[in-house]
Amino acid sequence: MTIKINLPVSEEEIRKLKIGDEVLLSGTMVTARDQAHKLMVEKKPDFIRPYLKDSVIYHCGPVVRKNENGEWEFVAAGPTTSSREEPYQADVIKEYQVRGIIGKGGMGEKTLKGLQETGAVYFHAVGGLGTLLAKRVVKVKEVFMLEEFGTPEAFWVIEVKDFPVVVTMDSHGNSLHKKVLEESLKREKELLGL
Amino acid sequence: MELKEHILELIRRASTDLPPDVEARLKRAYDEAEEGSTEKSVFNVILENVKLARENSTPICQDTGHVIFYVNYPLGMKEWEITEEIKKAVIEATEKNYLRPNAVDPITGKNSGNNIGKNAPYITYHCWDKDYIEFKLMLKGGGSENVGVQYKLPDASLKAGRDLEGVRKVIIDAVTKAQGFGCAPGTVGVGIGGDRGVSYLLSKKTFFRKMDSKNENPVLAEFEDRLEKELNSLGIGPMGFGGKTTVLDVFVDAQHRHPATYYVSVSYMCWAFRRKTMIVKSNGEVEYDD
Ligand code: SF4
Repeated sequence: MTIKINLPVSEEEIRKLKIGDEVLLSGTMVTARDQAHKLMVEKKPDFIRPYLKDSVIYHCGPVVRKNENGEWEFVAAGPTTSSREEPYQADVIKEYQVRGIIGKGGMGEKTLKGLQETGAVYFHAVGGLGTLLAKRVVKVKEVFMLEEFGTPEAFWVIEVKDFPVVVTMDSHGNSLHKKVLEESLKREKELLGL
Repeated sequence: MELKEHILELIRRASTDLPPDVEARLKRAYDEAEEGSTEKSVFNVILENVKLARENSTPICQDTGHVIFYVNYPLGMKEWEITEEIKKAVIEATEKNYLRPNAVDPITGKNSGNNIGKNAPYITYHCWDKDYIEFKLMLKGGGSENVGVQYKLPDASLKAGRDLEGVRKVIIDAVTKAQGFGCAPGTVGVGIGGDRGVSYLLSKKTFFRKMDSKNENPVLAEFEDRLEKELNSLGIGPMGFGGKTTVLDVFVDAQHRHPATYYVSVSYMCWAFRRKTMIVKSNGEVEYDD
């Protein structure tokens, strides 16, 4: 069963999500990668605050172009590996009251704890869906730090429609990554006779 | 038409048009997934993405990978001239967004911006006895390259000795460690023997094989079938969400080793398995294959 969620979203609604839930996200979210996370932890800028409150951060370095009308357009927008933000993520979630992170590969213990404390989840997008996910970005609303950070690292404020993700870390301390890892390690031991 | 134009078209096809054999294998994974499962939904969006990329002529994945060419050319052609054509095509393909700029100088940290650099693109030449030129192109994703690994047998922690049984154990270990990180389901390319460098090369060259193709060596053919089943019993599934399909296929090749060494290189190709072949005949006729 697929759950539809509109952004911004309440803590209560996010706490209802469990690992393995399939979700379609619609509304406004923000892309952020390494430099953006570093900035949010070190300088705590306010310009991004209204967009992040009760919304979602997307770990993505998009390919972007300007169309004939001079508007920005996402050409390819798959998720990037999230583990690079592990040192910053829990603090960013708390500081900006973020309700979700979208990325790939999952995150570590510190983030899992942060999700539990603040009331947020980790949404896993499917890696490699460059074209499809760019099509679900219906509008680029704003961009911050484009000059300073360059296209992939800038904060892109985007509106999405039916953006497909799977909850792999919930706000109750559960991680699908841990579960799958443990089960596969068990099976590996059987196969290897260890 | 000049050679550059043909190579540009080869790159466009590789980046935007997933080979039909790979697509058919993904379709089978979709069919085999349980009704209503996350696994099924993931294969569903993957297949939709493949279709969209082909229709819109946009990259299947925004990481368009390492650009790897194997070229077989007839006597009389010059390697440096072919290299010039390839470079021009790569630069243009980057401008047209078929390729993302992926060549970074590790010392300065600077991205060359056009995919040109030392060994970028990576080209291997071979002069052959035919009268036409053949280009084999592979785009190898960075995330999947990161989960590749090389073992030195024997490996005490895995109880893996210097025989096929030992090879089997390290492959199972590599795929378990990879989890979903290389954008599973992956295709596993294995090179047994050789020195460290050649071992990796052999493992990657197997990716020019087609899905479900049978190994010419009957011992390895059986070995591959067994491993595919065993790896798919790990339950890692697409993206590591859990499921029946963890790998799409297993390709193994072996080469003679030094008596003192026994390397096994495991390369991992993400589901976005991008490769194409093209031949250009002396009369200018062009043929493509996957
Ligand atoms: S590993 Fe994933 S993100 Fe990287 S090229 Fe492959 S599909 Fe794309």
